[in-house]
Amino acid sequence: MPEENINKKWEPKIIAFFCNWCTYTAADLAGVSRLKYAPNVKVIRLMCSGRVDPQFILQSLASGADGVLIGGCHPGDCHYSEGNYKMLRRFRLLQRVLRSMGVEDERVRLEWISASEGEKVKTVINEMVDTIRKLGPLGLPGKISVYDKDLAELKNEIDTEIEVDIKPSGKEMVEHA
Amino acid sequence: MPEKPKIAFYWCASCGGCEESVVDLAEDILMVADAVDIVFWPVAMDFKKTDVETMEDGSILATMLNGAIRTSEQEEMARLIRRKSKILIAYGSCAHMGGIPALANEFERSEILKYAYEDAPSVINSQHTYPEAVYQDKSRKITLPVFRNIVRTLDQVVDVDYYLPGCPPTPKLLKQAVLTLLSGKLPPKGTVLAPDSALCEECPRKESKPADLSFEHFTRPHMILSDPEKCLLAQGLICMGPATRAGCEALCINGNMPCSGCFGPTSRVKDQGAKILSSICSNIEAKTEIAIDRVLDEIPDPVGTFYRYGLAASMLRKKIAEEV
Repeated sequence: MPEENINKKWEPKIIAFFCNWCTYTAADLAGVSRLKYAPNVKVIRLMCSGRVDPQFILQSLASGADGVLIGGCHPGDCHYSEGNYKMLRRFRLLQRVLRSMGVEDERVRLEWISASEGEKVKTVINEMVDTIRKLGPLGLPGKISVYDKDLAELKNEIDTEIEVDIKPSGKEMVEHA
Repeated sequence: MPEKPKIAFYWCASCGGCEESVVDLAEDILMVADAVDIVFWPVAMDFKKTDVETMEDGSILATMLNGAIRTSEQEEMARLIRRKSKILIAYGSCAHMGGIPALANEFERSEILKYAYEDAPSVINSQHTYPEAVYQDKSRKITLPVFRNIVRTLDQVVDVDYYLPGCPPTPKLLKQAVLTLLSGKLPPKGTVLAPDSALCEECPRKESKPADLSFEHFTRPHMILSDPEKCLLAQGLICMGPATRAGCEALCINGNMPCSGCFGPTSRVKDQGAKILSSICSNIEAKTEIAIDRVLDEIPDPVGTFYRYGLAASMLRKKIAEEV
């Protein structure tokens, strides 16, 4: 892929949605325990993985994230009893949608990490950064802007024509006739 | 006599159903014809592009443009019409959100052309002839519109003032829109000219929608004899009602068919497909991956189901392809 050359400085950008009660606490633990892990993840704390609207995931990808990580409590441990199951079902169906839209499965990952599993936060993040580094950038905004070049070209063409029309030269009028 | 306000209709990538919906005004079309001058309407009246070009910029009060934007010609016409119209209304699902034509965003341009010009069972094309945008025949240069690699909504191409949703919009909504335009009391720019609530709110089967909806299985309209009184979701059918804007007065439900989402989302939702996906999944019974997957297998085409009219307006917009 040519992207490897162009993006020498490219680093995977990952957005993480962690639930307040388990995974975010685990990430805190990882911090307090001074565990080192890749700095590519931007963590957003939500009260529950069940609060992760699939729109959040799509918007992250559409805005330039290369991957999205969701962390929730283990099955049966949800603070709100059912939230993580909702997330699991949404995740399974969203993956089917993403697959049809050409987004690799590995770019969106769901993990159950309990409050005591600081070590797992580290392992999962490092693993995911590695995987995404291998996959390369997703670069959605860039892809859309490639399509939009045609659009801008025609717009320029039309705008130039309008300028000419405002000051029509006699010669062109004859040519049209 | 003061000059009547000028109105225009135009179509891009569409089926003609939106044009039909204008005629569906029935007697009310006489009211419209009395109140306004229709200055451009290619499907019904003989006007040429040059007629529009010679009009003063901004001289048309409002144009209702239906259809998605796929070709360079459609882009050009959209820009021309935008310039000539004070108000531009995206008319119908395709102009509003991409509509059915935008399902082509699941494929690459090359795949689409290959199917249409070679692989389709009814095509014999042994010379592998494809349309070219420019063709030089001796001294004559022949051009065709360029087929873009992505289907766009109207507002992804030009500035849009209002949206009239639906596949097609109902005559009632069109009439209301025309009356609003003539009244001069215009809503804020960007308004979708339909109620801003979910279809369930105006559904005649609202009472039968269980508070604790739960799916053990999904089914499809041709697979069951559905109860004509009961909420379709409660019968395991995927009804887009919860994630779709009201305003059609539950036309499909009244025909005992689930809502397929043509009015698009309400103003609080950005991605209609993600929203219905979210809503449906929260109500599936299964809790293990295997059991969940078994239930999800009963939705054979999630993108085509959840984004039937909205792929171009969705957050991902188009399938990601290696080539680009």
